[in-house]
Amino acid sequence: MSLIRIQNLARRYVMGTETVHALRGVSVQIERGEYLAIMGPSGSGKSTLMNLLGCLDTPSEGSYELNGKDVARMSDNELADIRNREIGFVFQSFNLLARADALHNVELPLIYAGVPPKERRERARQTLVNVGLGDRMHHRPNELSGGQRQRVAIARALVNSPSIILADEPTGNLDSKTGVEILSLFEELSRRGNTIIVVTHEEEVALHARRVIRIRDGLIAADETNPHPRAVVASVSAP
Amino acid sequence: MNPRLMTPWRELVEMVRMAANAVKTNILRSSLTILGVFVGVFSIIAVMTGIRVLQQNLEDAMNGLGANTFAFQRFSGISFDAADWEKYRRRKPFRIVDLSQLERRVTLAQAVSASANFGSGEASSRYAQTSPNIPGNGMTPEGFTTQNLTLGEGRGFSAADDDSGRLVCVLGFDLAAKLFPRGSPLSESVKFQGISYKVVGVLVQRGALFGQSRDNFIAIPLGTARRLYGENLSVQLQVQAPNRDTYAEMVEQARGVMRTMRQVPPGDDDDFEIVSNESAVSQFRSLTSAIRLGVAAISSIALIAAGIGIRNIMLVSVTERTREIGIRRAIGARKRSVMLQFIAEAVLLSEVGGALGVVGGILFGNLISFVVKAPPVIPWDWVGIGLAICSAVGILFGTYPAWKAAHLDPIDSLRYE
Ligand SMILES: Nc1ncnc2c1ncn2[C@@H]1O[C@H](COP(=O)(O)OP(=O)(O)O)[C@@H](O)[C@H]1O
Ligand SMILES: [Mg+2]
Repeated sequence: MSLIRIQNLARRYVMGTETVHALRGVSVQIERGEYLAIMGPSGSGKSTLMNLLGCLDTPSEGSYELNGKDVARMSDNELADIRNREIGFVFQSFNLLARADALHNVELPLIYAGVPPKERRERARQTLVNVGLGDRMHHRPNELSGGQRQRVAIARALVNSPSIILADEPTGNLDSKTGVEILSLFEELSRRGNTIIVVTHEEEVALHARRVIRIRDGLIAADETNPHPRAVVASVSAP
Repeated sequence: MNPRLMTPWRELVEMVRMAANAVKTNILRSSLTILGVFVGVFSIIAVMTGIRVLQQNLEDAMNGLGANTFAFQRFSGISFDAADWEKYRRRKPFRIVDLSQLERRVTLAQAVSASANFGSGEASSRYAQTSPNIPGNGMTPEGFTTQNLTLGEGRGFSAADDDSGRLVCVLGFDLAAKLFPRGSPLSESVKFQGISYKVVGVLVQRGALFGQSRDNFIAIPLGTARRLYGENLSVQLQVQAPNRDTYAEMVEQARGVMRTMRQVPPGDDDDFEIVSNESAVSQFRSLTSAIRLGVAAISSIALIAAGIGIRNIMLVSVTERTREIGIRRAIGARKRSVMLQFIAEAVLLSEVGGALGVVGGILFGNLISFVVKAPPVIPWDWVGIGLAICSAVGILFGTYPAWKAAHLDPIDSLRYE
């Protein structure tokens, strides 16, 4: 059974008299453990697809099965629960709670999962250590660099052991060196068996993924397997 | 998929915890709203505390009559109505002759007594003298039981004292202490309004009522007072039943006798008052009910205004924190969790003002306990009611903003700048 199975997925936005066809019928299967890049020009529907995959949004048409379950027909609460335990989001603009420190930000999904305070603090701490922020637990986002913020966000995405990490242009707000660091972190996570889907419009990023889906005007233009994904480690030396 | 561990109780605890953090950061700009809640709760608690102090004082002190006893009076115990006073003043006073009629005709009574205030004056002993404001009371022998006066030393008045108008007196506790700082006053002589009396008894201390000492008076036999001050003294009459069971029946009998004596036409209202300890307390209650009502109105207005303030602050807060709400929804918060969080925030905000109002109200309300020299009071029931009202205000006015927060579109919220 595939982890993700979408068929003829369409999403339209109605704005007054105008209808925007953000996705026009997309079919993809994604297996557990894949490291997938979604590429395409701005406005091609990448974020729309990510929001659908991440159960933040429901399609206008088509079907979406996650772990064999039909997501399109789920209730609001069920979608929230799926987001909580099956999906880990990483955003371009980090989306951390400004008033909370790194530890609390990472704890947050566990709070909504109902994990008791002691256990969740321990898990959040461990996850922060795993992304290399063991010494930044009690820093607030504005006391952290962009790369560190994105690490906190990644820790938050990971902490509840989701089935998929969804990252929508995770390096878009970072300088290229920091971006590379984040990508190497994804690579590391992928090696450990996480399923990762990254949206990007940088060819450089796509070179690291094992599979690249190209989207244009709400349709899949290409679905390529990359037989020899470049290791990020190699690109660190070449700025 | 592992089962969701979130129980409703845990959810509530967690959302309240989140709300507490938000309130902490918002406390300053919420101060006006908090002030509104404060005023609402403060006024309730302050007035209720004050009334409670007075009522406690009244109940403690309302042993001015013995058990199962009532008094006939021209005046009602408490009234602030000028028209009432006019009505009372026109009523015929009770006379000493009424006493013997009552004694004879109220067959259910165990004791009947009369007392008369024959004016204030200066009292002096060979050791000390008072200012000229000591009330003088004439009492029949039964008056000690019907008026619940307990002797600490010596004796009360005998029938012989009363009948032959002897120059003996019983002193209130404070007056005795003042006139005879050392040693027993018994058999000493006290001069009051120029006349010398022999002290036969001293009463036990009764304490203050509404800040006034009730131990600072001199009592002489009513017969003596009649002899010295004339038969026309206006008196108060006390009637005592042998027990609780016969009390009500006795009151009715006595009322009938009194109406006949005063020739009240059938169907007319009594032209006298029947006053008992219970009636005094219930009169106090009905008097204060107007005050309670006024306070309820004031605090309702303050709380509604505060509630609208809470609603507005929460609406602003929801807008400002749109992004935060989007983040929470994206990582798995259910709508209900978001809603709970914001309602909890409104309630906590309200409770901050409420708690301050409770503390302030208790302190302020107890100022009156200093004035009337009574022990301070904490009206726990009203503390509970006040805080419950705060929660209700928070829930009532926080629900709409919270609903708005919960129903924001997660994707739009995440994009919100
Ligand atoms: N909430 C929305 N309302 C209306 N149109 C939208 C909305 N979100 C996206 N779109 C439109 O859908 C198309 C795809 O957008 P998006 O998925 O964000 O593209 P990408 O992420 O690839 O840049 C664009 O034309 C965009 O303007
Ligand atoms: Mg996008």
